[in-house]
Amino acid sequence: MSGLVFLIPIALLMGLTGLAAFIWAVRSGQFDDPDGAAHRILISPDTPLGEP
Amino acid sequence: MTSSETGIKGCPSRLAPPDAPNTSDPAPFVRKVGPQSRLTLSVRGAKCGACLSRIEGAVTALPGVASARLNLSNGRLDAAWTGDLTAQRISAAVNDLGYGTAPLDTGSADQAHKKEEQSLLLAMGVAGFATANIMLLSVSVWGGAGEMGEATRQGLHAVSGLIALPTLLFSGQPFFRSGWNVLKRRRTNMDVPISLALILAFSVSVAETIRGGEHAYFDAACMLLFFLLIGRFLDARVRRQAYSAARGLAALSSRTVTRLACDGTSQSLRAQDIRRGDRILLAPGERAVVDMKIESGESEVDESLVTGESLPRFSAPGMSLMAGAINLSQPLIGRATAASADSLLADIARMLEAGEQKRSTYRRIADKAVSLYVPVVHSVALLTFLGWLLAGRDMREAILIAVSTLIITCPCALALAAPVVQVVAAGRLFRGGVYLKSGDALERIAACDHVIFDKTGTLTLGTPRLISEQLSPADLAVAAQLGRASRHPLSRALTAAAGPGPVATGVKEFPGLGLEGNVDGVTCRLGSAVWTGAGAVAHSGASLFLARGSDTLVEIRFEDDIQPEAAQAIAQLRRLGLGVEIVSGDRPGAVAAVAAKLGIETWMASASPHDKVRRLTELEAGGKRVLMIGDGLNDAGALALAHASAAPGGALDVSQSAADAVYAAGLAPLPLLVHTARRARAAMLQNFAFAAAYNFVAVPVAIIGYATPLVAAIAMSGSSLIVCLNAIRLNLNSEKPA
Repeated sequence: MSGLVFLIPIALLMGLTGLAAFIWAVRSGQFDDPDGAAHRILISPDTPLGEP
Repeated sequence: MTSSETGIKGCPSRLAPPDAPNTSDPAPFVRKVGPQSRLTLSVRGAKCGACLSRIEGAVTALPGVASARLNLSNGRLDAAWTGDLTAQRISAAVNDLGYGTAPLDTGSADQAHKKEEQSLLLAMGVAGFATANIMLLSVSVWGGAGEMGEATRQGLHAVSGLIALPTLLFSGQPFFRSGWNVLKRRRTNMDVPISLALILAFSVSVAETIRGGEHAYFDAACMLLFFLLIGRFLDARVRRQAYSAARGLAALSSRTVTRLACDGTSQSLRAQDIRRGDRILLAPGERAVVDMKIESGESEVDESLVTGESLPRFSAPGMSLMAGAINLSQPLIGRATAASADSLLADIARMLEAGEQKRSTYRRIADKAVSLYVPVVHSVALLTFLGWLLAGRDMREAILIAVSTLIITCPCALALAAPVVQVVAAGRLFRGGVYLKSGDALERIAACDHVIFDKTGTLTLGTPRLISEQLSPADLAVAAQLGRASRHPLSRALTAAAGPGPVATGVKEFPGLGLEGNVDGVTCRLGSAVWTGAGAVAHSGASLFLARGSDTLVEIRFEDDIQPEAAQAIAQLRRLGLGVEIVSGDRPGAVAAVAAKLGIETWMASASPHDKVRRLTELEAGGKRVLMIGDGLNDAGALALAHASAAPGGALDVSQSAADAVYAAGLAPLPLLVHTARRARAAMLQNFAFAAAYNFVAVPVAIIGYATPLVAAIAMSGSSLIVCLNAIRLNLNSEKPA
């Protein structure tokens, strides 16, 4: 049972990491334009590879 | 992909028609932030990824532009630049690609809506995290029942409580706040039993944990919160989308106006800054935003959006012009006869508001269910508590059972029943070419039993087409030579039929009369019957006369074509049990012709915006639920006031924002809309029926004291899942409407 002392905090920490990532995503506007994001991935840049 | 690559106008995927360019100057809407200038434009017609890259590419290519980002979800382009680039060039760059633009005032209400949605999303995320983690601990408590030591169980409960407390304090706020607000006004809503169940479940669980008891309801409390927040978030999202579409109205009235000062210099102003008596220059292609009286200039004016009349009207000094009219040929100078707040556009905006208010009094099925639900659940919980107390159990046990009753009856399924169906139905309609603007629109559309169509632009294509079969190719060629020099809709129809070719020399346009020019050395005239000396006309639609020198006159007839699928769509609507009728602002002859072709017996012509509203109230007073379909400014009031309404994608922003749904070109999506709305309502009712049935089973179980945390968890997630699956059924069964 003493394993719980480590395992529970580890599980919580992992969950919190996910929560932190989610909060960051909401705050930084990742969910502002779901339609646009779906299309942006398909847009290829005009510049040749390797150039900015 | 670059803008220069294609000459395509508007959306390359053809998801939206190309839009007319905006001729007003967005300069007054530029915001200065340090050295940067910023501008937000509402872009119409951008629907796909190619639109995104074309528009952003074109704007970024302008000198000095630091960033340009288009939000495809709400059609907003944010541009930031330094240097002396004018706002006009940014808007022109987008217009050149075939998209319409309107400058946007980024208001505070807008931010508030966004904030609300974001905070609900955050609350939902936190509740989800807590639910998952507490469930992890709870499962081990349930799994270890009988074997687990009491100290371990108490420890796990304590950890669960430590996770649940901050979660309730953070994610529970929307419910606590709204519940408290209505309680203060001595009313009640859904949030009162929710808050009560949350608080009681948490406090009882804390007491049990301290006492070392077997059952703690931390998991139930968090799961309840999570499911409820999902429903709340979906609801907020649907509402924000509706609001963002309604902003189109604000964008329309925020067009700028060119005011002429006494010394003749011009100045660009926002429409709301125009006062009565200001002198205004209306360039060709520009839309009047205030009512005005023309002082100089003669031109053709397109008032189809104001009156529904499909043919342009001739305007000369002394005549008045209504807000919303588009100047077609020559510059006009006029004097504002009303400030923008008093003009027709504002009048229509007020009619819209009246409609919105009427809508907000509509009681959704969900609200009705809640008003039945709240008193029943509370009295059941109270009776359970008193019953066990009378039966001789101690206080602690009675409270525990009463609380478990409250938790298990808590409206997870009820909260999800409507929003999930709305989201699924909206997604299905979107794929079918219908964009739904508000969630409760589905319920209202489903209840409709009568359809009123506008004619111009709704039943018909809204653009005239040449129909004279007997017209000789030689005559057509001559007429087209004259027509190519003009922007008049009939001239355009003529050139569209004739194809490319030479232009007559020395063409003069006489607004309201016709064109005169030199073709092969002969002076030719193309114009109205009176001007060319033809006398009376028999044709119900528009016609032009061609006079070549002293030859006999040739009549050229035009007709506004009926939408290709109109007949089929109307037949389908009839089969769905709806009555069909036309109310149009156009001339009786034109309306009668369309009605006869489509086999519609009831029609009304020359209807003003107020007539349309009157006809609507008349029908509603007779017990009909009317679905209004229209595209023009003259329909906007009726669209807002009708029980439900839809506008075609090519409609004016005002009409689109007044309507509950916007559909892609053609009438085919309409039967789908009605059919899906009815199925969605059926699914919602099934969901509520299921939620009620669930309570019939769960409540007795809870009352007799068998609702342990495990049973509560299974019951809650199970019922929520069933409700969601039932909603998704809308998608699986994709049978076509009758």
